[in-house]
Amino acid sequence: MVQEEGRQITVRILRGEGVKTQEVEYQVAVEPGWVVLDVVLHIQARMAPDLAVRWNCKAAKCGSCSAEVNGKPRLMCKTRLDDLDLTKPVVVHPIKTFPRIKDLVTDVSWNFEVNKKIQPFTPKKDAAFIYFQEDIDRVQEMRKCIECFLCQNVCHVLRNREQYQRFVGPRFFVRLAGLEMHPLDDADRLKQIEEDGIFLCNITKCCTHVCPEDIHITDNAIIPLKERVIDKSYSFWNWVLQPFSSK
Amino acid sequence: MEQNIAVGKQGWLGTARRDTWWVEPLLILVGLSAFGIYSTYSAVFWDYHFEIGPYLSPFYEPLLVFDWWPFSPAILILWIPLGFRTTCYYYRGAYWRSFFANPPACAVTGWEGKNYAGEAKFPIFVLNFHRYFMYAALLLNVMLWVGAVRSYWWQGELGIGLGSIILTINAFLLMMYSLGCHSLRHLVGGKLDCFSCSSCARTRKRIWDYITRWNEHHKFWAWVSLIWVAFTDFYVRMVSSGVFNDPNTWSNFPRP
Ligand code: SF4
Ligand code: SF4
Ligand code: FES
Ligand code: FES
Repeated sequence: MVQEEGRQITVRILRGEGVKTQEVEYQVAVEPGWVVLDVVLHIQARMAPDLAVRWNCKAAKCGSCSAEVNGKPRLMCKTRLDDLDLTKPVVVHPIKTFPRIKDLVTDVSWNFEVNKKIQPFTPKKDAAFIYFQEDIDRVQEMRKCIECFLCQNVCHVLRNREQYQRFVGPRFFVRLAGLEMHPLDDADRLKQIEEDGIFLCNITKCCTHVCPEDIHITDNAIIPLKERVIDKSYSFWNWVLQPFSSK
Repeated sequence: MEQNIAVGKQGWLGTARRDTWWVEPLLILVGLSAFGIYSTYSAVFWDYHFEIGPYLSPFYEPLLVFDWWPFSPAILILWIPLGFRTTCYYYRGAYWRSFFANPPACAVTGWEGKNYAGEAKFPIFVLNFHRYFMYAALLLNVMLWVGAVRSYWWQGELGIGLGSIILTINAFLLMMYSLGCHSLRHLVGGKLDCFSCSSCARTRKRIWDYITRWNEHHKFWAWVSLIWVAFTDFYVRMVSSGVFNDPNTWSNFPRP
């Protein structure tokens, strides 16, 4: 087969459909400034027209190009070749946690089903819709999410423990935190959040480490939610004061 | 050029990562074990040589000596920091990885299978009651500051020694660790939905901002305070047993 001119690197892509997969190796001539997605699209254009890959923006904003590069969950369009050790093959796998459709494309529709079960923003009656920036800072951090599902992919509760029925995953705790902390949201979400498996998370923080939007998922979404659930359902003080409360 | 290759290792510790992902969990394993062994030995079995002159080991602060308690007085104190650190959100994440491989590192396979309850079931659920240890730990922090201030007085004479400085740094580091606590962050402001709705809420928000800043470096404070408290204990013991002479300004500083 033809060798291209320019700096040669070796790329291995996990290819196949469903559970039948194997790594396929390509020799690619790369140019300065390329990201991993450039390489993959180059392979698709020149060497393997049937290579399936999902992408849209190439600007780390659509969340489509999630993959595992050298074993690390990353956006392919945000992973520069300069940052990788090119003396060894660059290994690109699809995200592991969701069923593979073909090559680098996985079926992440489980996430959309989970999302539907979340009660949307429910404003207080006669809410004035006036609030200050400091009230909404926390919520805006959660709104940065681009739904790349890298956090869902890396979270061992889904990845290794397969708790799809009992655990909504870090991405949806991010959404729930944004709603729960919203100054105008009136829904009572804490019981549901416990049922959504918040205590299955053991705060090992992999979700935070992979988030391309730098959302502090564990510190700013999950732990505050855990604390709120404890307050609501397990607080010693509530338990002591319960007989005296008016409700 | 196309060529087919078998996929790498799966299963236990299987990962396609090529970096040295095992270094951090290993360091944590060694660090926490070393501290556990030293502090148990120091607090439970080495129940002498823990004070000299104005210095008292932080493991024994405040010194509780009772007739009915035949064991080391440190045991009456140490359940507080022990419970505080064991239920601390940072340490939980750290030992779930290092001691229980749950998971060993990100995108590295540890235990697999659906039989998993995380922290959702008793007795592990108790870890979630971190806040109660936090209250006790804050109180203990005050005691440690009292101990630090006391270390500048010996027999009515104001002075300073290397030990006073070490004890002061110790109180400071433990304070910084405690003030970055997630449960404290929740208590002072995290539980509010609206920060601007009352003057009380605005004040709480201001404190919350500080705690947030310290909380971002909680791991750092957790480690330096852990190492320093062990070192402080060790230092007081070395002075107390006469291995090391504490440089200080008191002429009547006791000689062991
Ligand atoms: S911190 Fe919790 S949600 Fe995030 S990856 Fe770890 S277990 Fe999953
Ligand atoms: S929280 Fe971060 S990692 Fe998770 S889906 Fe959103 S952007 Fe991706
Ligand atoms: S292509 Fe949109 S995030 Fe990578
Ligand atoms: S979270 Fe670490 S001390 Fe509270």
